[in-house]
Order: sequence, then structure tokens, then C-alpha cells
Amino acid sequence: MSGSGQLLAAGPVAVNRPHRPFWRVHPYGSELAWAIAFLVPYVAVLLAFAVYPIAYGFWMASDPQLYVKLFSSDDYQDALISTLLYVGIGVNVNMFLALLLSGFMMRRSWWIKALLVVSMLPWALPAQMAFISFHWMMIYWGFLDSLLWKFFGIEGVDWFGHFWTALGANIIAYTWKTMPFWTLILLAGRMAIPQDLYDAADIDGATGLRRFVHVVVPLLANLYLVCTLLAAIWMIGDYNTPDLVSGGAPLGSTDVLATQGIEYLFDAGNPQLGVAAIMAALPVLIPIGVLLIRRIQTTEVQL
Amino acid sequence: MPAALWRPRRLRLHVGEVGAAALAVLLLIWWLLPVYNMMLIALDPEGNTEFTGDLWPTAPTLKAFRGVLFQEYWYFGDFWRQLGNSFFIGMATALATVLISSLASFALGRIWAGKGRSISTVALLIYTVPAYFLVIPFYLLMHRYGLKDSLWAVIVANVTFAVPYALLILQWYGRLIPIELDEAARVDGATPLQVYLQIYLPLMAPALAVVGTYALITAWNEYLYQFILLSSERHRTVAVTLATFFESDITPWNYPAAASLIYALPPIAVFFAARRYIAAGLTIGAVKG
Repeated sequence: MSGSGQLLAAGPVAVNRPHRPFWRVHPYGSELAWAIAFLVPYVAVLLAFAVYPIAYGFWMASDPQLYVKLFSSDDYQDALISTLLYVGIGVNVNMFLALLLSGFMMRRSWWIKALLVVSMLPWALPAQMAFISFHWMMIYWGFLDSLLWKFFGIEGVDWFGHFWTALGANIIAYTWKTMPFWTLILLAGRMAIPQDLYDAADIDGATGLRRFVHVVVPLLANLYLVCTLLAAIWMIGDYNTPDLVSGGAPLGSTDVLATQGIEYLFDAGNPQLGVAAIMAALPVLIPIGVLLIRRIQTTEVQL
Repeated sequence: MPAALWRPRRLRLHVGEVGAAALAVLLLIWWLLPVYNMMLIALDPEGNTEFTGDLWPTAPTLKAFRGVLFQEYWYFGDFWRQLGNSFFIGMATALATVLISSLASFALGRIWAGKGRSISTVALLIYTVPAYFLVIPFYLLMHRYGLKDSLWAVIVANVTFAVPYALLILQWYGRLIPIELDEAARVDGATPLQVYLQIYLPLMAPALAVVGTYALITAWNEYLYQFILLSSERHRTVAVTLATFFESDITPWNYPAAASLIYALPPIAVFFAARRYIAAGLTIGAVKG
């Protein structure tokens, strides 16, 4: 830190700002040039690799005929319904379990801390490996079925043979991967609730479920909503799970918009249709995005 | 206290403890099961994916790990170069993300504090677009930019999607650092660049570690962009090789299982090295929610 030492040493000489006391003004005044210089790399990346591809995507998918073709295709209608079910059920299961688990993680003991560290393993592991492993575990007479048969004498389920179980398998795998992340976020939210409130509730006789309903829920509601919206956006864009766990089985019924779009690109050789398939989710995504940004920004202002 | 009074309470405490411990064991099994399954397949001499019912393989062998590490098995004949490519993509993504987002957060949070809100909003808006939605336009644009089959195409894609999140975290963390420090340095005649290098960066180190780790792990775990943007043998990454193996009908499976376990080690190592920072970094956002 010799650099800052020099900087401080140079102090008395450099104090030559007249008239206005420095603490009244912003330290950088209106140094537009500096701000722009610092922002150039970021804005360049944003324009070249995010804004331009998005605009390009809109342009590719601008032909109304594409949507006529899309919505008349059974594959696409199925993909829409599966996406709705996958995200609708998946996000809520994920967040609710994370909420419960974060309560469990509030316990104070050394092994809970160790457990919390292990819990982040699914998050750090490559999704690809984890989901292939899930695929092999849940395949007919794979790991799970053999395990059930050997130890409990139960005949297992053909997970990928039926729509609902295949959808369930995808949701289970996705929950395995992402729930620890949300648990950690909600745990932090719970820890930010002042202990006084718990104590006050305790004195008033509210413990257990009542404390949860009257103290935790109201104080965590905003964070829970923000997380749910964000989780929904991520899950709508999830390609890995349906591709690797169920692989669309049975008969492409668990294909979602993301996998369907890639299929149009590669298997059908129709990138325009692929982009249109994905862009068709924007009417759902944009309101979620706007709501999310508002929530994030209002919570910022409250601070 | 009379014994009769405290005994039931203590009993209840014990029941609670036992229940918690049972739940913890279940959770551990749940989190480790897919890894364990992968391990069983990798240790099986035939790479059989069917579970035999033995919790420990009867004839475990490290053949598959050797086959990958010494590049003996034909499909992983290029394993180390591919791992090198993955490392290059991961490190470059992490460095570029840290650099670009810290510069931007300095501009938005310090020089222009309170202004430049629209830029943050645009960043957040980009953040709400799932990465996979842009893969097709991105693929076509990379051809136009002349980055066809280039590792840099993957790096810019990763950076594009990591930067908005990084900026959000840095903006939140940056508020913990008093602006008075900047004021003092400015009064002493430091330029904004000096403040950035000598005050902002050192104080932001924990948040930068979070952001870098996040970018590294995301880049390491991502494969669709690599799969679509990299076509030549020379630029292949481990993730692409694994993906093509998994989607083909080639057997035995013990080799890819071993390769994916080896491939999973670096992010876990990085994560455990930076876990304190990550927990802190992730919770900054939540506490303010």
C-alpha cells in the first residue's frame, strides 16, 4: 500500500481548492469524461454482445408467418404447455422448499455450518455431469429402481415413460441444483431479521408456526417475491435440465421452449423459426422482468 | 429444579436434536447421491450404468481415471489440451468480468453516484434475458464478427451474461465503502484513476473475489455456447467433448463419468477456497432485499 501512502503524503500540497468546503460537494464534481472512460468497456460489451444480438433476434423473428407456423405446430404447443408446467411447478416447489430449509439452517450448531458448505456442492458442480447422473439414476431400472427393489422390494417407476413423471424428474433435478442457492439467499434474509422481533414474538407467546406466519412471512415476503421472479426467469431459459435429464422423453413431450428452439436450429435447419420459438416467451418474460426491476429498485430506495 | 420438571423438556430437546440430525443425514444423501452414482459408474470396470445393488462396487478399478488422465482412451486423447481450453475460457471470463464490472461500478457508484440510473436499469434488463435465448442470434453474429470457432467468442458470451450480475453485486457492496475516502483522496489531488486503483480496488477485494468466482464457475459449467460456437478439434473444450459423448451411443460410460468427475474438481476447489467470500457476497444482495 505504498501507493496510498504517497497519496496521503502529497496531501498538504494538493489542498488548494478554494471557497467551497469539499464535504459539501460531490468529490468528482461533474467529471463526465472520467465517467465515460470508465464506462466504455462495459457499454461496448453491452451494445455489441447483448443489445445487438437481441435486436438481431427480433429482426430474425419479425416475419408474422413464422408465428402462424409456430402456433399451428403441435410440437410447439406442447413445448409451451410443458414450459408453463415446468416453470410454474418447479419455481414454487424450489422456493418453498428453500424457505423451509433456510429455517432449518438457522439452527445454531457447528454441523449446520458444515452442512451449509456441503449444500453448495450442487451449485458448484458442472450442471452437465449432475444432470447426466440424474438421467442414469432415474432411467428405467437404473440406480433408483434397483435400489428400491433391492432394499424395499418396491417395483420402481418408469420415470421417462410418462409425461408427468418425466416432468417431475426434470423438476427434481433442477431443484437439486438450484435450491441450495435460494436457501442461502433466504437464510441471509432471515438472519437480517433483528433478534428483538423474535424475542418480542416469544414474549407474546408466538412460537413455531405462529412466529413463522406473523414474523418471518411478512418480513421475508419482498425478498421471496424477488427470488421467485428471478428463479422463474432463469427457469424459463433453462436448457440443460430438459435436454439432459429427460431428453424430451417421452416422445418430445417434455421439450420446453429453450430445447425446442435449439432443435429448430439444428435438426430442422430453420434458425428463424428457432428464434421465433424463443421470442414468443417474451410476452411472459417482459412483465416479470419489469416487476423484478421495480422491486429491486424500490428496495434500494428504502435503504 | 426438581427432576420431574426438567426431564420432559430435556426429552423434547433430544427428540428435536435427533429429528434435526435425521434430516441432516437425508439432506446429505440427497446432495451427494448424483456424485456417488457417477463415482460408481466411473469405478466400474465395464462402465455399467445399471446399479447392481452393491453400495460399493465389487471390483472397483481406476482404469477409467487412468484412461482419461493419461489420454489412453481414444475419445479423451486430447483431454489435457481441452482442459487447457476450458481453463483459458474460465480465467479470461473471470478477469474480463472483474475488470469491466469494477470499472463500470466505479463510474456508476462513485463518479456518478445517484445518476446513471438508466445504465443500471439496462444492465438489469439484460440480466432478465435468459442466456440461452440469445444463442442463435449470437451464433450468427459471431460469424459476422469473424469470431467463428474462436475461444474469444465463448469468452465474450460468458462476460456479457456475467457482467450485469457482477455490477449488481459490486454496486451493493460499494455502498458499504464510505465516499469520504474518495473525498479525502481527491482533496489530496488523486485522479479518479488513482482512486480506482489505490482505494476502490483494494477495498472491494472481497466483492471482486465473489464476482470473479461466480464468473469462473459459470463459464466452467456452461456448455451450450461452447458447443455451438466451437467447431474445430483444436478449440474443443472438455464440456463439449462430454456433451457429445453423452448424446451419442458410444459406450463404455466409465470414461466420461471419470472425465466429468475430474472436470468437476476445479470449480469445487475454487468454491471452497472462496466460500467465505461467496457466502458474504451472495448475502449482501439478500440482506438489502
